[in-house]
Amino acid sequence: MIIKDLTKKYDGKAVVDSVSFEIPKGNVISLIGPNGAGKSTVMGIISRLIARDAGLVTFDGTDISKWKSKELSKRLAILTQSNHVQMKLTVRELVSFGRFPYSGGRLTEEDTAYVDKAIEYMELQEFEDRFIDELSGGQRQRAYIAMVIAQDTEYVLLDEPTNNLDIYHATNMMKIVRRLCDELGKTVILVLHEINYAAFYSDYICAFVDGKIAKFGTVAEVMTKETLSDIYRVDFEIMEISGKPLSIYY
Amino acid sequence: MISLFVGVIDITPSELFSGNPEQAEIFLISRLPRLLGILCTGVGMSVAGLIMQQLCMNKFVSPTTGATISSAQFGILLALLFLPGSTLWSRAIFAFAAAILGTWIFVWFIQRIQFKDVVMVPLVGIMFGNVIGGVTNYLAYKYEMTQALSSWLTGHFSLVLRGRYELVYLVVPLVILAFVFANHFNIVGMGREFSKNLGVHYNLVLFAGLTIAAMITASVVVVVGSISYIGLIVPNVVAMFKGDKIRGTLVDTALFGAIFVLVCDMIARVVIMPYELPIELIIGILGSILFIGLLLYRLKHGRKAVRLGSAGTGGCACAANSLDGGGDS
Repeated sequence: MIIKDLTKKYDGKAVVDSVSFEIPKGNVISLIGPNGAGKSTVMGIISRLIARDAGLVTFDGTDISKWKSKELSKRLAILTQSNHVQMKLTVRELVSFGRFPYSGGRLTEEDTAYVDKAIEYMELQEFEDRFIDELSGGQRQRAYIAMVIAQDTEYVLLDEPTNNLDIYHATNMMKIVRRLCDELGKTVILVLHEINYAAFYSDYICAFVDGKIAKFGTVAEVMTKETLSDIYRVDFEIMEISGKPLSIYY
Repeated sequence: MISLFVGVIDITPSELFSGNPEQAEIFLISRLPRLLGILCTGVGMSVAGLIMQQLCMNKFVSPTTGATISSAQFGILLALLFLPGSTLWSRAIFAFAAAILGTWIFVWFIQRIQFKDVVMVPLVGIMFGNVIGGVTNYLAYKYEMTQALSSWLTGHFSLVLRGRYELVYLVVPLVILAFVFANHFNIVGMGREFSKNLGVHYNLVLFAGLTIAAMITASVVVVVGSISYIGLIVPNVVAMFKGDKIRGTLVDTALFGAIFVLVCDMIARVVIMPYELPIELIIGILGSILFIGLLLYRLKHGRKAVRLGSAGTGGCACAANSLDGGGDS
């Protein structure tokens, strides 16, 4: 996936300002940056949820606007925070929606097998007949991830997946993200607020400031005292824990 | 559920026969059409309510609280005004167009405003419906059409006779259509981004679904008149027990709606025999009691605070709705 000169304006003000980068396949890529830096907007544009004003997003050699919506949804899945949880659907029904691009709602045996596998992978068997509005935040997030797994896409985009989760569930979510990449071979792109999660669990970090890319590189390249201090405008210290650079800010 | 449904059907004809030993002709001209009319109304209104609730992501949206019924009535008035000798069909076309347009405007409006509060949406719908109802009434007074119009303002089955009720059969293909697209409606009900992720065209499905719901409502209003509560109560009651997966609940919703209207109609006919009460009245009373009862039951046995919240707003919507009904009568 190649992003070139991406621009998005709201009321004449560029929230994303000619952003270009290439997403390395088979890796976990975190988009970080202060509030309003444009990371969520970039995520929205590359997942076709938000229309762009200028630039190109090339996916497999074809611009995403030229992809058929249904075909694209077999290759690329996005999970945003604004999922409607008041709906009384069971976990299994939700996960089955992941097969919609393939079967249009009439599940074949193959689809059911995918759904079973996704539920098992997310260890949701005991909850599969429970309504999602009766689950805890962590379980519900896992149910949505299971749906994305059933969708069987190469690319998975997650918009702040750790939002509203406590430390235990957020950390587990990051471990799941890592497994999606390592075990299932997916390319995972996520918007994160917690820098240390990005540092510990991703391969690449793309840091945004004021709609522009401040730094894009491997975790080691981005996680330096100078870069982070510039981006967030607070003082940083970098420490190495289990071979990963983690940051302390104050 | 099915056994109960079959039971009611089996009982009704025999009751009708014993009540009217005269001849089978009355049965064919009036009783049978009436029964079919009732079933179509119950099925149609509850399915229309189910679709609207799903698509608008709001449990308190229904043909009544979404301005569909009042728009359909407005359409009928226009037909009466401009085509004085209008047939049932031309009136129906006006009602269809007005109902679809009214519902679209309402949904477009609530989408633009993006209310955070679930109660605001039905309240806006009720207000919008009353504005349309006000215009309808004004025009009716001005052109001395009140008498002609009144039969469409309050729903009743006493005029459902052979030759002037067949339009209500349109409900059947429309409900089947709704069943075919049930999964699409469900996905759209999960939100715009959710739909896009699964490659579902959000706006297309949204407006197609609303069109189906509006057409169902309009075909009922043209034949029977305004029947307000079913579209609100029936889908909610079924969802409480069966969840929100439309494929799973559509049949139950349709059956429960049919039975509910049937029971209300029998009560309406029996209470002040040999006269008949408008079914709207019975549905209003029974429906409110049933709904409040269920909410109280849920409160007592509810497991989560979310239920408490929705129960409170339900009470408000009910109150607003009954106030609304009171203003009409």
